[in-house]
Amino acid sequence: MMTQDAQEAVGDYRYGFHDPESSTIRFDKGLSEQVVRDISELKNEPEWMTDIRIKAYNHFIEREMPTWGNCNSLEGINFDNITYFLRSSDKTEKNWDDVPEDIKRTFDRLGIPEAEQKWLGGVTAQYESEAVYHSIREDLEEQGVIFLDMDSGLKEYPELVKKYFGTVVPHSDNKFSALNTAVWSGGSFIYVPKGVHVEMPVQAYFRINAKNMGQFERTLIIADEGSSLHYVEGCTAPTYSTDSLHSAVVELIAMEGAKIRYSTVQNWSANVYNLVTKRGVAHKNATVEWVDGNIGSKLTMKYPSVLLKGEGAHAEIISVAYAGKGQHQDAGAKVHHLAPNTTSNILSKSISKGGGRSSYRGMLQVTPKADGCRSKVVCDALMLDEDSRSDTYPTMEIGNSTADLEHEASVSKISGDQLFYLMSRGHSEEEAMGLIVNGFFEPFTRELPMEYAVELNRLLELEMEGSIG
Amino acid sequence: MMVDELLRVENLHVSVEGTPILNGLNLTINRGEIHAIMGRNGAGKSTLANVVMGHPAYEITQGTIHYKGSNIEEMEVFQRAREGMFLSFQYPAAIPGVQVGTFLRKSVASVRGEAPPPREFRKELKNAMEQLSMDRSFLSRYVNQGFSGGEKKRLEILQLLLLQPDLALLDETDSGLDIDALRIVAEGINSVAQNTGCLIITHYQRLLDLVKPDVVHVLLDGKIVESGGPELALKLEDEGYDWVEALA
Repeated sequence: MMTQDAQEAVGDYRYGFHDPESSTIRFDKGLSEQVVRDISELKNEPEWMTDIRIKAYNHFIEREMPTWGNCNSLEGINFDNITYFLRSSDKTEKNWDDVPEDIKRTFDRLGIPEAEQKWLGGVTAQYESEAVYHSIREDLEEQGVIFLDMDSGLKEYPELVKKYFGTVVPHSDNKFSALNTAVWSGGSFIYVPKGVHVEMPVQAYFRINAKNMGQFERTLIIADEGSSLHYVEGCTAPTYSTDSLHSAVVELIAMEGAKIRYSTVQNWSANVYNLVTKRGVAHKNATVEWVDGNIGSKLTMKYPSVLLKGEGAHAEIISVAYAGKGQHQDAGAKVHHLAPNTTSNILSKSISKGGGRSSYRGMLQVTPKADGCRSKVVCDALMLDEDSRSDTYPTMEIGNSTADLEHEASVSKISGDQLFYLMSRGHSEEEAMGLIVNGFFEPFTRELPMEYAVELNRLLELEMEGSIG
Repeated sequence: MMVDELLRVENLHVSVEGTPILNGLNLTINRGEIHAIMGRNGAGKSTLANVVMGHPAYEITQGTIHYKGSNIEEMEVFQRAREGMFLSFQYPAAIPGVQVGTFLRKSVASVRGEAPPPREFRKELKNAMEQLSMDRSFLSRYVNQGFSGGEKKRLEILQLLLLQPDLALLDETDSGLDIDALRIVAEGINSVAQNTGCLIITHYQRLLDLVKPDVVHVLLDGKIVESGGPELALKLEDEGYDWVEALA
């Protein structure tokens, strides 16, 4: 039985359904060195990967909780009450018809096979700890594009994985990157060869189904010189009264002149802790773009980062956060200008409603040798009522006086004039708020593939329903 | 033809934040009639339009507003709109990030109670925009954001044409328009006026040269002090409002 509060917080979450749990392998709750060894053994991993996991596990045990972010809220996580590995299907299938029926039905309900046919270059569908479905368009494969789930990536391309794994986000980065490195499972592994432009987005979809589940996917994307890729990820989970943990690590490497865009619409149910470390490195004249939408979860702490390592590299980070009742979206962006003539744009938009809290936490660093850098940071917050909260925590470390920096921040409320105007055109107060909210997020949604944008707008309209007391 | 009463305002007293603005106003508008309300700044003209539309900041302290025969005091703003009431705003609000095209389609769907078939709607929209000499590029701009005064008024009249209201309240729709734009806007109003009851709020005669009112009212201190034919507007234009004050 769900508590009243949880019910209210969850509202009309339409992905809150769950299937009866079917697992072929399920570990007991809790974490130990043995659990870490068991995961690695089960996956038949090379010894070097087992060693990395053990090292990371030991670091996790010793490491303090993070101090960057809304750290008090992390005390609600009980690491002993989490299932660290759950295998729901023995194989990763290439054909949806071979995916176990109940799992396939879930992804049908989420619209994944349909989207794949219409507009995607490839799909990975992860259910609990591992991918249950995976496919890539033949023409991409012929061009040498590698798109695999991370477990298969390690099996088939161990040298590539060994060369790059943990180079952008080392296990020692923070407690949760250590945890992920110790128990990682699933995620995507992508390599785009030199000069290849992947025109259609490739997508990964992450679904948590079981209670008290921990999902620790690990994604590594390498775009070789002059190549480009758009990767899209979505995620949902059932609504439970107890918490689940999603703690991913994503590493992006954009070689000289390459471009990676990584788009996320995170729509976890309101009982999920979403603690993710996402970082990309951009070499000479390369671009890394994070398009990051945070709608769901109980607590999200996520600050997509870019290391501008090569001259002329560019970072683009557009993020939106929606915090409803019982939610805290602690999101932001970090950009490190490490080379001359690097540029970055950060746009953050957040909405708080029903006592929800959204925070922008940003880091902008310019090192002494990074001459002629430009950066623009814009943070806009929209508050829908008096009970909600919005904060901005910008940090700047500027070591070079030639840097050209702009920072703008605004906090606004929906004006009575806007509501009256829209209502005089036949829109109920809720519909009017939905329109205003969609408009506020528009600079973000216009960057998404159209199908995602439509879905996001619909989600936000649903969130506005029942919001007028 | 039978008289089709749309609006009946009786002894209306309205306050904003405790300050009385309207003090016993009476007005009846039937379908097919054009009424003009003139008066100095602060006389209560915009208040009348806003209170009829249902603006929450305006408190009716006495009197009634009947729309299509029913007392609408408890009726929500959007319900009034769905029942065919329309207000062309003096200062329409900007809605950042919402494209004009989306806004128009959604508004038409709300007011009509169902989404118009896309092809028909596109055609309707194209015709209306041509009638108002509006460029297609309008549709992808954000509602009223960065619009000039004239552009805002054209967008209001475009909505008037698309929503085809029963009662149209036009609050200083002529202000900020050059003479060509004024002519276009006036033609727009005339094209719906036959089937609509119109209340035109204006300071100037020049719109009334183009949209012939049936009745002109003079508002002073929250009350209609004089009503007459179009000649009344001409007299105000020539002589100003001083003589009206003598009437009060």
